[in-house]
Parts: sequence; structure tokens; C-alpha cells
Amino acid sequence: MIVYGDYECPFCAALEARLHTLALRVCFRHFPVRSSHPRAHPAACAAEAAHEQGAFWEMHDALFADQGRLEDPHLWARAERLGLDVARFDADRRGDAVSERVRRDFRAAVRAGVVTTPTVFVRDVAITGRATIEAVSRIEPGSGPARTH
Amino acid sequence: MPVVAAGQPAPQFSLQRPEGAAFTHEDLLGRTTVLVFYPFAFSPVCTDQLSVYNDLLEDFAERGATLYGVSCDAHYSQTAFKDALHIEIEQLSDFEPKGAVCAAFGVLHPGGFPQRALVLIGPDGVVKWSYEAASPSELPGANLIFDALSAD
Repeated sequence: MIVYGDYECPFCAALEARLHTLALRVCFRHFPVRSSHPRAHPAACAAEAAHEQGAFWEMHDALFADQGRLEDPHLWARAERLGLDVARFDADRRGDAVSERVRRDFRAAVRAGVVTTPTVFVRDVAITGRATIEAVSRIEPGSGPARTH
Repeated sequence: MPVVAAGQPAPQFSLQRPEGAAFTHEDLLGRTTVLVFYPFAFSPVCTDQLSVYNDLLEDFAERGATLYGVSCDAHYSQTAFKDALHIEIEQLSDFEPKGAVCAAFGVLHPGGFPQRALVLIGPDGVVKWSYEAASPSELPGANLIFDALSAD
């Protein structure tokens, strides 16, 4: 299943919590909507910067676990807690490579017709918003957790 | 009346730019324009729609297209909306006579606001593509605009 989400979106967090109980094969892609969620883009860059140190999913989980704390000092604190090189993390999250990866996801989402978060694609069918949580609840638990992004 | 269809010339119209000047049919000529009709400034769906489109302005520009937001809100409201969203898409007001331009383009909702609709107009002033959302709550994906621009 492909999930387009943003780290400041409460429905994305609810969906994420549900996905954890299902052990599905999930591919997460970024779709930060700046106006509604001004910290979504920095948070997406933080996850990608953590990826540079092999900790994408750890940062992903830490971001969704506490959506009220997404300012820069909160991102540094997460990086420190995860044992990352914080200076490198901070440089990476502001760098072009990370920004381009988030942009690539955003463009791919647009091409796929994504307009809001969360949007999930299950067998090529798009489901959006609150309906995603109900939809994934109907899926038989899998043998995961195999997550990619 | 449905939204003005592909192949029809864009109607004569006059919208108000933020600084008070008129934006008319003449402003369409010589370039590709996308009019983004939206129901209300600050309404939730419109907020996401314009935000997502704004993040793609570079991509639209690469294809030679300029986007404008159109609503029946007063230009002061539109400017406040634009500033609040931190977006660059220029806003055009159909405030007085209210909804006249929306009616001319066939997108005036019976409730007195624009139906959510997209109208792509070529440099010759002829509509190349249009799309009217099934309801004001539907948010048309930007992919529809890119597909229409690629259909040239």
C-alpha cells in the first residue's frame, strides 16, 4: 500500500497508528500541504535527513508520535534522542538533496491525482481523508512489517 | 448554464485586480491562462487547493501557463487570503456586479459563489479545456491541469 501523508496532519497520524496494528507492506511518500500545515515540509525534510543516517522510520515514527512538537528545536531533540549526528542532520535537512526528494514525492503525488492527505492507494484505488482509516481496517493483517519510502 | 466548453471563445469580462485595475479578455491574449474559480477565501478546501497549486507554480510556468484565483470575495479579502497562505497566485475579484464574470463563464453556483472550476484559455482567447467540480467540496487535482496543458 502506498501512503501519501504529511507529519502535521492529524488524520495521517491516526492512519499511521492503525497501520502499525496491521503489519502491512507500506510505502510512505511525502505530500506536505504548506498552508494548512506549515511545519509539514520541514518535518518531511527531517525524516529524509534522518534517512541519510539510516533512521528514516525511526524519525517517521517519532514525528507522528508527537505532532504538537515540530519546531526546529523539537526536530534536533528527536535527532539527538535517536543517536544521530545532529549537526549533520541539521545540514542535511536544509540541503538540496533532501529537499529534492520531498519535491519528487510531491510531484509524483500530483501526477497520481493526490489532492489532500492522507491519500492511500490500495490496489491502484485512491482513498482519501478520514475514509482511509476505515478502509485499512477492512484489510486482512499481513506478514510485515516491511516498510519502504 | 454549464462551464464554458473547449473550443468556445472566452467571454468578454472584467475582473478586479488587487490594486484595483481591471483584468479583462484583453489580458488573456498572447499567453496561456488558467482561471481557478473557487467558492470562498479562507474556506478549508480552497485553502488546500490554492496551496497545492502554488507549490507547483514553477511547473506551470515551465509549460507557459499563468494561474489566477477567481472568487466573488472583495479584493481586500482575497489579498488577506493570499497573504495568510503565503501564496503568489494573483487573485481576481468578481465582487461587483457580484458573480457577473462567474455567470459569463458558466460557473456561478445558485448560492451566489463560484462553483469550483478550472478554465484553461489559449493565447488566442479560446477556451482549450475546462472542468467543473461535481460539488464545492471536490478538490480538482493539479494533474488535470497538467494533462490539459500536455494535450496541446
